[in-house]
Amino acid sequence: MGTREQRLAAIRKSFPDEALVAEVPGGDLQTFRVDRKVLVDLARHLKDDPDLDFKLLLDVCGVDYPERAERFESVYHLSSLTHGHRIRLKVPMPADAPVVPSVYPVWRSADWFEREAFDLMGILFSGHPNLKRILCHPAFQGHALRKDYDPGQRWLLREGEQDEPVWARAVQEDEDHFETQVLNLGPSHPASHGTLRTVVRLDGEVITQAETEIGYLHRCFEKMAESHTWNQVIPYTDRLNYCSSMMNGVGYALAVEKLLGVEAPPRAQSIRIILSELSRVMDHIVDIGANLNDIGAMTPFLYMYEAREELYTVLEACCGSRLTMSYVRVGGVSHDVPADFGEGVRFILKRVPQLVADMERLITENRIFRQRTEGVGKLSSEDAIDWGWTGPCLRACGVPFDVRKSYPYMGYDQLDFKVPIAHGGDTFARYLVRVEEIKQSLRIVEQALEAMPPGPIIISDHNVALPAKEKVYTEMESLIWHFKLVMEGMKVPAGEVYGFTEAANGELGYYIVSDGSGKPYRIKVRPPCFAIFQAYPHMLKGHMIPDAVAILGSLNVIAGELDR
Amino acid sequence: MWAELAVTTAKVVVVALAMVTTVPIMVWVERRGAAFIQDRLGPNRVGPLGLFQPVIDVVKLIFKEDVTPAAANKGLYYLAPLISLGVAMVTFIVIPFGAGHDVSLFGVPLRGLIVAPDLNVGVLYLLAIGSLSVYGIVLAGWSSNNKYSLLGGLRSSAQLISYELAMTLAVLGVLMATGSLHLSDVVARQSGAVWHWNAVTQVIGFAVFLVAAFAETNRLPFDLAEAETELVAGYHVEYSSMKFACFFMAEYLNMATASALTVTLFFGGGTLPGVTLTGWLGLFVSTAVFVAKMCFFLWLFVWVRWSLPRFRYDQLMQLGWKGLLPLATLNLVWVGIAMTMGWLR
Repeated sequence: MGTREQRLAAIRKSFPDEALVAEVPGGDLQTFRVDRKVLVDLARHLKDDPDLDFKLLLDVCGVDYPERAERFESVYHLSSLTHGHRIRLKVPMPADAPVVPSVYPVWRSADWFEREAFDLMGILFSGHPNLKRILCHPAFQGHALRKDYDPGQRWLLREGEQDEPVWARAVQEDEDHFETQVLNLGPSHPASHGTLRTVVRLDGEVITQAETEIGYLHRCFEKMAESHTWNQVIPYTDRLNYCSSMMNGVGYALAVEKLLGVEAPPRAQSIRIILSELSRVMDHIVDIGANLNDIGAMTPFLYMYEAREELYTVLEACCGSRLTMSYVRVGGVSHDVPADFGEGVRFILKRVPQLVADMERLITENRIFRQRTEGVGKLSSEDAIDWGWTGPCLRACGVPFDVRKSYPYMGYDQLDFKVPIAHGGDTFARYLVRVEEIKQSLRIVEQALEAMPPGPIIISDHNVALPAKEKVYTEMESLIWHFKLVMEGMKVPAGEVYGFTEAANGELGYYIVSDGSGKPYRIKVRPPCFAIFQAYPHMLKGHMIPDAVAILGSLNVIAGELDR
Repeated sequence: MWAELAVTTAKVVVVALAMVTTVPIMVWVERRGAAFIQDRLGPNRVGPLGLFQPVIDVVKLIFKEDVTPAAANKGLYYLAPLISLGVAMVTFIVIPFGAGHDVSLFGVPLRGLIVAPDLNVGVLYLLAIGSLSVYGIVLAGWSSNNKYSLLGGLRSSAQLISYELAMTLAVLGVLMATGSLHLSDVVARQSGAVWHWNAVTQVIGFAVFLVAAFAETNRLPFDLAEAETELVAGYHVEYSSMKFACFFMAEYLNMATASALTVTLFFGGGTLPGVTLTGWLGLFVSTAVFVAKMCFFLWLFVWVRWSLPRFRYDQLMQLGWKGLLPLATLNLVWVGIAMTMGWLR
């Protein structure tokens, strides 16, 4: 792993000046305050020095501190897959010149993250090749996540003002290119599950150039979180990756708990693990089913949906809703599981493998399917890391990185499971990895269910969790706690934390800044498919439209978490 | 003269009505069959077992708003569904649906349950008319003035040249063995025993023909022209109401024709091995046998559609040129050798 001192020493080799690169003491991650003049040099050093080896740029985001002299801060989260360590870089900049050099030349994954920080925070990344708005539309004025932005304003996008790539307008007809045309795939297209728009230039049916436009489902999750209490944010997290909403809530709760310094009771952790893994199964099932449907095989899609239906039944029994569960609370979960929970889960453990086996018999060895997926959307492991990929898509490129194994949380280290990888890096490899992960997740569920301890499902710290209702009605003390929590919200100590979990699509990160009040100061979600999807237009070149559809399905892009 | 006309009219009415009736029945079979394969219920609300669902569907389609895109090429846009449906409606006149050479109606010999018994270019007619159906699709794709439609039409024409040749070669094997273009002769030659069926004597030709038939009907795994997850709905994306219904009916009619053709060319038509009946009984039994065999292939169409993923169109062309064409040629060689050696009857 290496210690903080070793990492500091490795940085000091090339950056001895304390004024340019300073270590910030404490914090959940080793943090460096970096002068923007040396950012790109430092980035290159961090990436290339074998002792540091930060190949994976996880997240770039902006934070606005209006009262500070240097108002904006650009925050980078880096991870090294070989050493397993993580650091955070913070680059402050003044309000009148919020300019910072782009790290896109070092890590390509900065592409969309920097565009997002520009769009929502107004930070200018000099040297970025395509710095334009990404989540908000082109007619939008101002930068929504700045603290002085008035959220009541409305900006209308009129006909003809839509974002269009420059090359799409250019006429490209000469002797060699008389068959090209520009085609809009989406935003409303049967294969774009969610609203994703991809503009492609076609030569016949071969894609020669592509660009994606996202943001159709942007609903300012991060801005809304700033005006809600900590627990009120949880229903919003459900709408990030709505195919596996439980895991978003768990990731968020874990991040807040980290900042609070509390831990949910064992039974709550156990429930969270079981439902998270069931959600992972659900997510993979939906993705495989939808991907197969896009390739033309509708029957396995419906087999998978039957499995999902069974899973929903269990989730519904726990919390009353099927899609957006809102089951997690900071410090535990909202209710205990029903009495027949074990029975329901055991039925799933029996039924889902049958359906998956049916699907595998239909598809895995099917030659048409193999032809359609093998070698389609191939990405090397270096490129995948460079683009910031995590999760099943990265593992399909042969990189055995799984947060549950590398940075165990909630007791994943006590469970016996394997992290499946494949080496193809193509659509077929992603399918294989997901199928195997379904089986591993079910193994986890089985073990967690056996080991599920009795006990409370939420912590008894009444700074965090509401007291029991009967106590509120009978005890003065509890009534006061209840009143204070409901009226003011829980007080999370000032500070910042990057909480990360392995969601269905990859690493789901929550960078949370608290100022000690009852509401989050800043929440930045690092949605896994945001990083994955930015590679999509680059993967399309040379493929055909049917391939574009097959690749899109295999990346499992969920517009809810992509656009937030 | 009048009696002959009456007989022909009667045959046209019987055959045409039977073929058109297959459409709603097949729609029902397709939907219920898909549901059966996919472990769900399917339409079961309208009538017993949902049998009246197709009727309601037709009513719905008739009352749907008929939208014409402003930028469409109006003439061709209206013509295209008619071509598709028209071609589908005339192909089956040369198919012998049943025996009955020895019965007469109104004093006129019936000469089999076949609309045009005298057409001595039966197979050629079928292939020629069958190839026309692509014009409906290409014109629909082009005249809709929609990029997705256009791609669907393009794919369809690419598909046509890739499989049509192999299909024709496969049929040629049958014709060589028969020595006649009359489909009734093809059927007559296969009577007697199962091993006289062309499906047995020309296994490769049969396989090639069957695959090509799937491609001809534009159904999965070859529904590239439609490909709803890629091209939205392909060539008929801009069609609504009854104009869409024309394409829809044409697809199912083509399926019925392709099944009937497969039965005729390779599965002994209306003959039942070991059974020789004459007169009206022979006519009815052979027709029933034909329909039974046809039902098997119709079900095969449904079965395959809900089991296989879709090809990419360069892969279909590869299959057509590099797989089916050499195989069909191989079949021709085999038929030639077998005929010379006297292995074929």
